[in-house]
Amino acid sequence: MPSSARPGCRIPLPTASGAASVGLYLLLVCLVLALALNGAEAMGYNWQWYRVPEYLFAFTDDGFQWGEIALGLGATLKLSLQSFVLALGLGAVVALLRMSNLVVGNAIALAFLEIVRNLPLLILLYLFYYVLGPIFALDRYAAAVLCLGVYHAALVSEILRAGVGSVDGGQLEAARSVGMSSAQAYRHIVLPQAMKFLLPPMTGEAAHLIKSSAIVSVIAVVEMTTVGRNIIADTYMSFEIWFTIAAVYLLVILVLSLAAARMEQRYATAGRRK
Amino acid sequence: MADCDPVIELRNVDKFYGDFQALANVSMRLAPSERVVICGPSGSGKSTLVRCVNRLEEHSAGRIFVGGEELGAGKTNIRWVRMKVGMVFQQFNLFPHLSVLENLTIGPIRVRKLAKSRAIELAREYLARVDILDQAEKYPAQLSGGQQQRVAIARALCMEPSVMLFDEPTSALDPEMINEVLAVMADLAQSGMAMICVTHEMGFARRVADRMIFMDGGEIIESAPAERFFSHPQSERCRRFLDQVLER
Repeated sequence: MPSSARPGCRIPLPTASGAASVGLYLLLVCLVLALALNGAEAMGYNWQWYRVPEYLFAFTDDGFQWGEIALGLGATLKLSLQSFVLALGLGAVVALLRMSNLVVGNAIALAFLEIVRNLPLLILLYLFYYVLGPIFALDRYAAAVLCLGVYHAALVSEILRAGVGSVDGGQLEAARSVGMSSAQAYRHIVLPQAMKFLLPPMTGEAAHLIKSSAIVSVIAVVEMTTVGRNIIADTYMSFEIWFTIAAVYLLVILVLSLAAARMEQRYATAGRRK
Repeated sequence: MADCDPVIELRNVDKFYGDFQALANVSMRLAPSERVVICGPSGSGKSTLVRCVNRLEEHSAGRIFVGGEELGAGKTNIRWVRMKVGMVFQQFNLFPHLSVLENLTIGPIRVRKLAKSRAIELAREYLARVDILDQAEKYPAQLSGGQQQRVAIARALCMEPSVMLFDEPTSALDPEMINEVLAVMADLAQSGMAMICVTHEMGFARRVADRMIFMDGGEIIESAPAERFFSHPQSERCRRFLDQVLER
């Protein structure tokens, strides 16, 4: 067809059948794996996978015991949860300031967003631990929670703002027309409807937070990544441990992402009714 | 009728959106039980006028009085005015996450502070009046457009307002549903409710309106008793508009 020959259009790729492309893909994966194993072999890496399970869980004389990595995961989840709660609260305040008519409040919120979003997370962590830490007598755990909370509050506030903004403006007008105050209108009319726009990206944000929580290992806060570093320092099993830790993160995030995707799907169909 | 204290009064009201003037020196009075229908081409300021009356839009100049209270003198006064003024929107704007009954009771419970049982009683009374009592437990999305608009009317009535504003209440409806909504509005007019109605339904206007207002370019071009308005429109612009909408 002549119309498909527009310049700058996508280049037609040779199309393969489904089975052929899967085969090609598997071949490539095998090739990369073989190269990696070969490389590890060449550097004389001593695989010790049999030692890994004890870091996940163990059966001793005292019965079942969680291993160090499992306990580290628990610490990661606790740290993430506390940071997320802080991020939600702070994010709500920032979003409210952003949406208000207060000139000063608006400026503060905007400055907060610009600063936090445009700093590398690692630098923010150093600021909290090495600068604010001594000034306000924060221990490393408090600095870590505050840093993660503040960093994600910026992202959460934008999600909140977008969620509230996606509720039809007529809803607020209708609420006002029956005499509701702004607070009543948001609480009873706007926020319940915004929930369906908020839940999927919030779940994604929770996953993002769990991933970024790994960074606090650089200030030696105890969580899964720190645990991994410590084990490797003792055992030199860097390949096995990092593979394992990566797999655990992957599993946790995948579960969250699946939940988010399911929610998104459910609300995508339910949200269309007027 | 014109001698009573007006329910709504506008004196020389202007409204600007930036440089655009949506209302230009608009003055009108609405007496108790009076039915006024506003017509005019789109963009003529009809909706803006209605929305200024319950302060969904703030007027730029002039004065607006509702029930003797002037708009713009503090926040509590605005909420009081909105309780006195029922509003029906073109797009219904029902609360989709609440059932029909909850749509009707949320205002009386949260704003008028009625007991829940009393609010439900009131809601059922008005649902019966708009002939939709059997749908009370359904959600807005399960109703037809005409039914939704009737629910919206009942929702406004539950606040027991002293005047109703209608902003093109049938414009978003499929043709076969327009009449059921107009019937409810006519019935309401019959009961002595004061109303300002923006609509293109000239048949309805002829039957119901005491007075007709024709707007164009943000100005009131013509304001006359309905009878005279339809038989002897004074201005050329109004005559042309009527010729078009009435297809005579």
